[in-house]
Amino acid sequence: MEVLDTLMLSRIQFALNISFHILFPTITIALCWALLFFKLRANITGDDTWNRIYRFWVKIFALTFALGVVSGITMSFQFGTNWPGFMEKVGNVAGPLLGYEVLTAFFLEATFLGVMLFGGDKVSNRVHTLATFMVAIGTTLSAFWILALNSWMHTPAGHVVRDGVVYPESWLAIIFNPSFPYRFVHMMLASSLTCAFLIAGVSAYRLLRGDDKPGPRYTLKFGLVAVLFLAPAQALVGDFHGLNTLQHQPAKIAAMEGIWHTERGAPLLLFALPDSKQKTNHFEIGIPKGASLILTHDLDGEIKGLNEFADAHPPVAPVFFSFRVMVGMGVLMILVGIAGCWTLYRRGQLYRWQLRVLLAMTFAGWLATLAGWYVTEIGRQPFIVSGILRTRDAVTDQPPEFVWLSLITYAIVYACLLWAYIHTLFLMARKAAQLESFSDARPTQGSPTKTREVQA
Amino acid sequence: MTGSPMLSGLEYWLPVLFVGLMALAFFIYAVLDGYDLGVGILLPMDNKSATASERDTMIASIGPFWDANETWLVLAVGLMLIAFPSAHSLVLGNLYLPALALLVGLILRGVAFDFRAKSPSVHKTRWDWVFKLGSLLATYSQGFMIGMYVVGFEYNLWGLAFALFSGVCVSAGYCFIGAAWLIMKTEADLQRRAANWARTMLWVTLLGLLLISVVNPWVNPEVFSKWFELPQFFILLLVPLTLLLVTMITETYLRGFPGTGERWCWLPFCAAVVIFLLSFVGLGYSFFPDIVPGQLNIWQAAADSSALVPIGIGAAVVVPIILLYTAFSYRVFWGKATELKYH
Repeated sequence: MEVLDTLMLSRIQFALNISFHILFPTITIALCWALLFFKLRANITGDDTWNRIYRFWVKIFALTFALGVVSGITMSFQFGTNWPGFMEKVGNVAGPLLGYEVLTAFFLEATFLGVMLFGGDKVSNRVHTLATFMVAIGTTLSAFWILALNSWMHTPAGHVVRDGVVYPESWLAIIFNPSFPYRFVHMMLASSLTCAFLIAGVSAYRLLRGDDKPGPRYTLKFGLVAVLFLAPAQALVGDFHGLNTLQHQPAKIAAMEGIWHTERGAPLLLFALPDSKQKTNHFEIGIPKGASLILTHDLDGEIKGLNEFADAHPPVAPVFFSFRVMVGMGVLMILVGIAGCWTLYRRGQLYRWQLRVLLAMTFAGWLATLAGWYVTEIGRQPFIVSGILRTRDAVTDQPPEFVWLSLITYAIVYACLLWAYIHTLFLMARKAAQLESFSDARPTQGSPTKTREVQA
Repeated sequence: MTGSPMLSGLEYWLPVLFVGLMALAFFIYAVLDGYDLGVGILLPMDNKSATASERDTMIASIGPFWDANETWLVLAVGLMLIAFPSAHSLVLGNLYLPALALLVGLILRGVAFDFRAKSPSVHKTRWDWVFKLGSLLATYSQGFMIGMYVVGFEYNLWGLAFALFSGVCVSAGYCFIGAAWLIMKTEADLQRRAANWARTMLWVTLLGLLLISVVNPWVNPEVFSKWFELPQFFILLLVPLTLLLVTMITETYLRGFPGTGERWCWLPFCAAVVIFLLSFVGLGYSFFPDIVPGQLNIWQAAADSSALVPIGIGAAVVVPIILLYTAFSYRVFWGKATELKYH
């Protein structure tokens, strides 16, 4: 097929690689802080349940982290194999940011991970807590550097261009480029929500399997309370992020909102079928003047349409639909958080159907995060670095057959691994539900009132 | 293309510094992930219950380290990407498929680590196979890539034959350092088996090194003149002589194993490190200052100094800290490997 040339195949491959990769860091970034929380609760309260919770979740952390590491190594090779033009043009900015990620984050997390996972009986509790903290710092630092680079690719700043090559001028301006603070907070919250739903979903699964130990009850509550606060916060941050995008990347906003022609009082489209040939939408369902109100805080505010950007705007349909998936998931998360916490507060435990909803939403964070990344990354096209480098100018000249081969190989490997990961996750939950029951039953018998208290 | 251009100050020294740093990262990677991958390849897969527990011990001995070890590859490849972007594109562009094989191998090995511990026991043996074959694939691809790199990416019969052979050598080398690691970290039967493996692999590795040392100057006249011209020939003679000495000491120790026993159990591992180091020095000396032999030297490939300076400063501050906490981690897990328990 003509459309599937090396450029398109390389883009699909990069999208596949990074989509698969991001699933795991999204969990581990926040899960490590959750583990630190469990550890500190155990240290402070002396309640051994928290130690069991830590041991259960640290295994899931180890598995998730391993998948993140191996899929991440692929990324560092991709630049050379498929996108040589990227480093040749913007390497002077991208290189140091990537370098600092490896130096300050990767080694920190990978080294202390060994102590965190297997060193529990070899070092003091204090050092073990410290190791957990170090891994958490490492994962967060890693997110910091890579998001600084990614944000710079969206809203470049602090550089000069000479003969098509980018040179750094101010590192502060490069790192703290206009979209970085928003993207960083947005992603950290996305990670926290993903982790909260994972914890709540797996805990709900254990409860549904008849696990009557306190562990899953503690963590279910932990996950739901986290969702209650984080989901609305994410909506707010997302809104600020959108306003920032309107200021710096108006073409992306036009694609997100499906606005083909500049208009005043633009509607907020809930659904539509964008048609790129006729440059219009079909079957529009929208709230009149909604988009203008949200984006300009004025009912008749003007929003630039795609007509303003000639050929330099992204494809509309994928951005438009991904955005709706992300927002839809966000709204669902807010509702689930409120409903779940309300039931917990009134009734002390969830209804079975609510547990099933949480189980179904175990990976809701993945869906929302991926959709969000598709919005922002496809929304930057046709550029790989906004206004500086087009994606097609960065691609390799490998024969398409090679890229086909690598793409299919990755697709098969990743499909198997994803299946194995999810399968193993629930297998571990079943094992925990069955095996630990004897050792776990003891401490709760002694103090029934205390148990009730934490359940509520 | 070789010979240093007329550069002065930073523009001369920065690329030299970075190629040194990159070589150091590759060297540390080869030693550290070398023993990981070697242990993986050596996993005994015959159908006995004793070997199943041996596999557990072997994997437990590398459990706390593999992750950080693999990070040295990210740093090494990352340094090439950052400091020598055009070399990174040239090398990896020419090694597209072998790099794919390497990555698939590393992925399979890495995930098998966790899946084997968490899946039901029926599947455990299957994941052990994935572990072993993944390790072998990753190792062999690395050897193949080094071979292709040395022959300047000539995809003809001789080039391919050399690269295929180089894959065997690197596999043997990693198996040797893996077996040497096991001699340090295990006891009793497994330790004796490891000593046997180490002895075989030592000789295969040396044979490979010998052949590469003959072929390399034979096909590259520049390399020939670098090694065989007087007076540096006499200084360079130290490389093969040291190699010979180390081999003889190691062979004596391994042949008599477990004669002198525990007190010297670190000896084969140190020997492996020295052998790896000499190979790196030999390869580096042959090609410096080219970063891609015969095609690109370090000054042509280097990124702008505005990018190199901040990374250089960062590396100077952070690498010692990394080495410090890596040492801490090795100290925590010092001594014989014990069963891995999550805590």
